[in-house]
Amino acid sequence: MTVTQAVFFLLAAFTLGAALLVVLATNIVHCAIALVFTFFGVAALYVLLDAEFLAAVQVLLYVGGITILLLFAIMLTSRISARGVKIMNEQAGISALVVFAILALMVFANLKGLVLAAAPLPASYATASLGRLLLTTYVLPFEVVSILLLAAMVGAIILAKREREKD
Amino acid sequence: MEKALERFYSVFAEWGVPSIVPQLIVMLVVVSVVILFISVSVMFMIWWERKISAHIQVRYGPMRVGGWHGWAQSIADGIKLLLKEDIIPAGADKLVFALAPMVVFAAALAAYVIIPFGPNLIVRDLNIGVLFYISISSLTVVGIIMAGWSSNNKYSVLGALRSAAQAVSYEVPLVVSVLGVIMTVGSLSMIQIVEAQKRIWFVIPQFFGFLIYLTAAIAECNRLPFDIPEAESELVAGFHVEYSGMRFAIFFLAEYANMFTVSAIATALFLGGWHGPLLPPWLWFLIKTYCIIFVMMWLRWTLARLRVDQLMNLGWKVLLPLAFLNMGITGLILVIHG
Repeated sequence: MTVTQAVFFLLAAFTLGAALLVVLATNIVHCAIALVFTFFGVAALYVLLDAEFLAAVQVLLYVGGITILLLFAIMLTSRISARGVKIMNEQAGISALVVFAILALMVFANLKGLVLAAAPLPASYATASLGRLLLTTYVLPFEVVSILLLAAMVGAIILAKREREKD
Repeated sequence: MEKALERFYSVFAEWGVPSIVPQLIVMLVVVSVVILFISVSVMFMIWWERKISAHIQVRYGPMRVGGWHGWAQSIADGIKLLLKEDIIPAGADKLVFALAPMVVFAAALAAYVIIPFGPNLIVRDLNIGVLFYISISSLTVVGIIMAGWSSNNKYSVLGALRSAAQAVSYEVPLVVSVLGVIMTVGSLSMIQIVEAQKRIWFVIPQFFGFLIYLTAAIAECNRLPFDIPEAESELVAGFHVEYSGMRFAIFFLAEYANMFTVSAIATALFLGGWHGPLLPPWLWFLIKTYCIIFVMMWLRWTLARLRVDQLMNLGWKVLLPLAFLNMGITGLILVIHG
């Protein structure tokens, strides 16, 4: 077993453990904190795949942005953290079906040796070429996503404004 | 440096030891050196800050411990904090309470990976350089929220919430202000950014960027005039009210380590890094960094605290538009010059 493999298994175990905690913890704040560690583990896996830029963005957006907003929302909701969260819900059957379907697909793809990813770029070029691709070949999807985010932001502001007018 | 490392590895290879052993040894040595540097530098900064604050308030500050101007005061304080009883409040969430200082310190420690103390004195010249610091520093906020929530104290929760709001809103102008430098150099690597400043420091063409960065960086460090997360007069001590002894010391260590990091990055991005005549590069880097730290301390003991609404107004309505303007003008000039 090489060093990289050992590190991979350690990181994978860490990520999966944190992810299990997200689902199984009964205190909602614990779930959110475990989610932070899950995202961090995923970012570390990206580093292992030489996708440093993706790893940094993962930490910046998911750890620094989304989960902090999540924790914010939890703390501003009165007494939600004192109450236990129900782990199981009535959708258990359907979700099990979906999970097994995805698992089967992944096992099938792995057994067939499906190559989903392109050949890796030399690490020192990865960030620059990503930027170039985003602004040349993929500029249309990039802009569409920006408009989507802008629409979401405008929507949030309008919702917040309407609330204030009611008060 | 590189050659010595290679020789070190080859010695182990001759003995037939797997390569993971020398790699682990190198990692341990590097981490120990960085932690030692952080501890010494933080102890110095605390003593220095007490001296500066005292002289601004026409006092002497610590004078007795160690003889010369109380230089050993921080060491004595450190030993005292180490020996104190470890108290966890009865109502606290014990696991999260214990984990929070570690998360905050880990984030502070990780940032030292990309600080370029000299041409070869960098732990790792990452391809994503500046971006690495920006992303890893956001982990601090998670630690602060964990500390504030797990303490089960209304003051600490308020402090943590304020801290999160402040960090999220000041991170945006911070990132945008750095973009001007990155666009000029065309690289995120710290070494390349410093080397691009051989002829002219970026503080001259990017003066507004520097001011915005410094303001946002002070806010990121939760220091006056942006210290509403730990405002003593309103929140006792903010998110670390319930912490004492060594756990408190770790928060303190991380806070000053962060202060050093933001100053070091300001030095590397705007003040020409290790470039300077006569003196060795690492000394130039440290002198410039401590100059910025001095400015931060000076501001802390001169200005009054902002109100929450003033803080948000400044961040979103003044700093952010200015940062975008700076970015736009830089881009325009780069395009015109080709």
